[in-house]
Amino acid sequence: MLDTLRRVPTPEGIELSLRLAGPVPRAYAFATDLLIRGAILLALIQVVAIFGRSGTGPGLILFFLLEWFYPVAFEIWWNGATPGKRAFSLMVVNDNGTPVTVGASVTRNLLRIVDFLPMLWAFGLISMLFSRDFKRLGDLAAGTVVVYRDRVRMRGALPDVPPLMPAFPLSLAERRAVLNFAERHALLTEERADEVASHAGPLVGNNRVPARVILGIARHHNK
Amino acid sequence: MNQNAFETGHGAAWQAFDARLKSLRRKGEEREQAAGDWPRQYRQVTHDLALAQSRAYSPELVDRLNLLALRGHQRFYGSRGNLLAAVIEFIGGGFPALVRRESLVVWIAAALLFIPMFGMIALLQHFPEFVHYLLTPDQLRSYEGMYNPANQALGPSHSAESQTMMWGYYIKHNVGIDFQCFATGLFFGIGSVFYLLFNGMQIGAVAGYLTQQGYIQTFWGFVAGHSAWELIGAAISGAAGLKLGWALVSPGQLTRGAALKESAKVAVRLLYGAAGMTLCAAFIEAFWSSIGSTPFALKIGVGLTFWALFIAYFLFAGRGRNAD
Repeated sequence: MLDTLRRVPTPEGIELSLRLAGPVPRAYAFATDLLIRGAILLALIQVVAIFGRSGTGPGLILFFLLEWFYPVAFEIWWNGATPGKRAFSLMVVNDNGTPVTVGASVTRNLLRIVDFLPMLWAFGLISMLFSRDFKRLGDLAAGTVVVYRDRVRMRGALPDVPPLMPAFPLSLAERRAVLNFAERHALLTEERADEVASHAGPLVGNNRVPARVILGIARHHNK
Repeated sequence: MNQNAFETGHGAAWQAFDARLKSLRRKGEEREQAAGDWPRQYRQVTHDLALAQSRAYSPELVDRLNLLALRGHQRFYGSRGNLLAAVIEFIGGGFPALVRRESLVVWIAAALLFIPMFGMIALLQHFPEFVHYLLTPDQLRSYEGMYNPANQALGPSHSAESQTMMWGYYIKHNVGIDFQCFATGLFFGIGSVFYLLFNGMQIGAVAGYLTQQGYIQTFWGFVAGHSAWELIGAAISGAAGLKLGWALVSPGQLTRGAALKESAKVAVRLLYGAAGMTLCAAFIEAFWSSIGSTPFALKIGVGLTFWALFIAYFLFAGRGRNAD
């Protein structure tokens, strides 16, 4: 199936799903971090300038830390997200779903310079587009993925229609599709809902309001 | 069991687990976590998730449980190490044990660095004009200026202020080179090979030229103190890059991706050691090597002592322990 979910098996014998983030939100997050880093750099230069020549040495060390360890520090001590990533609800995790380790974070961030080559993060982008989990080269080596930081979404109540027994037993995937539709029903206009529901074919037959049929079946399964 | 009954039956447990996760975020509750029934709660949630998935309950419920289980998973299997203890263990034996285990790449990297370096030094004694292939006249003039025996201080620094400045510069520049040397190893090792050869030739060219010019006391006196720290550090950072590259060239029984991941775990540890050594080299270079008044014999003596200590360290420290 073509989707951006990555399934991670755990020792408890279950599979957790991670929602992977693609190049575009990651680029936004990176650009945000670049701005923040630029602002910190400017502030640092002002502070260092106060101390004159004797400030140059410590200043250079701070620049060095900012250059290489800004992402590492945030990823380790701030739940796997730099401020930019946090702004776009992203986080870095190991590809087994656990929080990113120090070694993995150092690896992926030092290898960022390789992702930059030959110009403007070209290798990183190519690698993201061709790897299964949107991994740039640094992620491939470190074994990390960038995922969406999920929030609990409030559940919308199913519309109040009379339950309806389906004409034939549904498979698991079909039941899931029916329930998915019912939960998103509130977001669709009535016409669009009918249009989508009409694709259910034999399940709705020639009914004039196919959306109501599907909702009824959802109620039947759910309640 | 239909979904409503399922949710009513287990909802309270999920909420309790959620509250528990939130309270665990605060520090200092790790011990309580181990003692309590937290692991049992976590297993229950994973069990409920599996049931919800297999019974095709609504995607919304499955997502909610997935998120709950994921948060528990991250908490449960996240590493909780003592960073300081790990650093002390690494310096005290983990690092030399690792270097011994990975001695093949370390030897190759050392050969790529030291052979061109010594070759260049030897070559320039007989053909001094060869230096113009490697260094520009401006560079030569600036090096001659730095190591002129008429100077009070050696190297680029001349006062306490400029010592601190050079310290910062050495850290930013030299450790940065270590990182580049490591990272470009990802291109099948080619980047690391290039940086090792290039740095070896550059260092050799400067050393050979200044020796041939007769600046022996000033130049060798300056570099002796930090030479062991810096050169071994450079070689090991190159070795870390080669380790990355070799996983792609010859992955063995694994896929290239898996081999790269395994090697990167080792390589990054080599790099910690290398960067640490280069960091110390910067300190020594800025505050010890630059003192002009120290007798030449003492400087060389200190330098050779560091070399001897490092050889002993890499041969003997951390014997009988696991390199991981």
